[in-house]
Amino acid sequence: MDEEGAETVQPGTRKAYVLRLYVAGQTRKSLAAFANLKRICEEHLQGRYRIEVIDLLENPQLAKGDQILAIPTLVRQLPPPLKKIIGDLSNTEKVLVGLDLRPAEQIN
Amino acid sequence: MLMTEANTAHVDSAHLEKSPTGINGLDEITDGGLPKGRPTLIAGGAGSGKTLISMQFLAQGALRYDEPGVFVAFEENAQELTKNFASLGIDLEDLTARKKILIDYIYIDSSEIEETGEYDLEGLFIRLGSAIDSIGAKRVVLDTIEVLFAGFKNYAILRSELRRLFRWLKSKGVTAIVTGERGDDTLTRFGLEEYVADCVILLDNRMVNQIATRRLRIVKYRGSKHGTNEYPFLIEEDGISVLPITSLGLEHIASLERIPSGIERLDIMLGGKGYFRGSSILVSGTAGSGKTSFAAHFADAACRRHERCLYFAFEESPSQISRNMSSIGIDFNSHIDAGLLQIHSSRPMAHGLEMHLLEMRKIIEKFQPEVVVIDPISNLTNVGTENDVKFMLTRLIDYLKTRGITTLSTSLMDSEADGQAGQGISSLMDTWIRLRMFENGNERNRGITVVKSRGMAHSNQIREFLITDHGATLTDVYLGRTGGLLMGSSRAAEEAREEAETLVQQQENERRRRELENRLRSLDAQIAALRSEFETEEKELGKIIREEALNREAIARSRADMAHLRKADELL
Repeated sequence: MDEEGAETVQPGTRKAYVLRLYVAGQTRKSLAAFANLKRICEEHLQGRYRIEVIDLLENPQLAKGDQILAIPTLVRQLPPPLKKIIGDLSNTEKVLVGLDLRPAEQIN
Repeated sequence: MLMTEANTAHVDSAHLEKSPTGINGLDEITDGGLPKGRPTLIAGGAGSGKTLISMQFLAQGALRYDEPGVFVAFEENAQELTKNFASLGIDLEDLTARKKILIDYIYIDSSEIEETGEYDLEGLFIRLGSAIDSIGAKRVVLDTIEVLFAGFKNYAILRSELRRLFRWLKSKGVTAIVTGERGDDTLTRFGLEEYVADCVILLDNRMVNQIATRRLRIVKYRGSKHGTNEYPFLIEEDGISVLPITSLGLEHIASLERIPSGIERLDIMLGGKGYFRGSSILVSGTAGSGKTSFAAHFADAACRRHERCLYFAFEESPSQISRNMSSIGIDFNSHIDAGLLQIHSSRPMAHGLEMHLLEMRKIIEKFQPEVVVIDPISNLTNVGTENDVKFMLTRLIDYLKTRGITTLSTSLMDSEADGQAGQGISSLMDTWIRLRMFENGNERNRGITVVKSRGMAHSNQIREFLITDHGATLTDVYLGRTGGLLMGSSRAAEEAREEAETLVQQQENERRRRELENRLRSLDAQIAALRSEFETEEKELGKIIREEALNREAIARSRADMAHLRKADELL
């Protein structure tokens, strides 16, 4: 798994999303979470998101900053406010609500 | 080699290592501390002292046992903790700077967390693991891990992760304390006791008669002996103290040494030598019967022997006692200045009974006195229920005895008829002296009796207890003509009357002596007169005898003359 997602944020468009995914090694849950996140972002945030994957096994001290207990945890760094979603992100509806994407989509 | 499971368990328990808490009393009742390398659950309600005991465990470990510790705080952040514990004498700023303690504040706000799908708490493990490794921690506190139940909705995951956490802590070899909020039907609200099987301690903060009493109980301690009672504990400026009950027993060594009571005549009543050292003495009496003066004499005598005396006063302030006792010739101030006497005054209602006892114990341990005065012990009985009080006082007396401290306690009785000297504590006492008021002839006088004194032949008489400018003394009591006791002015009157009687008797004797002398003299005169009469008679008798002899001679001569004249032939 890469440290960072391949996608880049394009300035000037609608709100840019910086998403940080905390994992601990390449477990089944972590791999599932990354795959699910990638899919959802491609569908709903194409071209305006960036995924950072942080492996706590490599950088344990980073767990403190975002108060990470559960693995995997997805943190929405941008746009504010900070949002957290824990789990393998298998429920797309919940992820969209958690990222504040669902209401926006519905209005459109 | 084959070994059954039971055998293995036995060997394990025999070698159960302990991690000392360094908390006064707690190590005594846990027989050495918490189970080393295992988690211990401390359960209790809000404000029962869970966090304090946990933090003290870490601080003591860091300072005294060279065991660094990690404090995982779920409720307070490091700044708040540092501030709170500074007032209890624990310098967390210093300890964290020296990497002796690491505080990790874990903040969970469920409102910003969405759950979807499977997860685990590996993040917590990693975080805890890195904290432990960074300072080489041997001790860990999780305070309180129950907050997780508010943060995560999937209890099935949470519970299995908690089980894994405790296994993991054991595998790390750290001695851990997990705190838990007291539940309604269970020890902890979320049943943490289910996961922590080794040692469970319950804290309790109870209100009895409007006085808060904190208690600690070891619910279980696998593989170790431990005290099973509820132990009172105290939160003070320098942390927690637990008062162990069972560590005190009837194992004190009875001393043969005797120490004076401070009242000379009383020593004579007590087999001539006073009290036994290390014994407990009870002085009971109604108000104004002279208990404090009696106690002051004892304290004064100890200081004069250059022994240290600790005086617990529950009715008067130190300066008031000093002033009052100077009126009977006892100078407490000089003893205080010499460092031989300490007077501690406190109102009995100021704290619960346990608090009093713990405080007394602390002061005793600091001052190391030979002699302790508790004036009055009966005031402590206002602070709890009768059973509690007797229990507590038993422990106090036992504690003092095991330390070989001679203790004099006074006890206020409501009435003279009150045979019980305060909650039946007299049975705990070796010597019981009663001061009694006698009302007689328009006055009240003090009497003193030795009700009992174990191990010595003591007087069974009542003496009058006099308090004078020069101190207390005992005098004999007069038995009146009707058999009643005479004291005070009645005794003085009786003395005067006896003196007058003696004088009259003396005069009478003198008169009779003179009379007899006169009679003797007159008899002498009679004897002399009779003797002269006798002599006269004797002379008369001699004269008669001589005359008669002369007569007889004359007659004989005349008869011879006649014959001669007649020329009679004589038959010669």
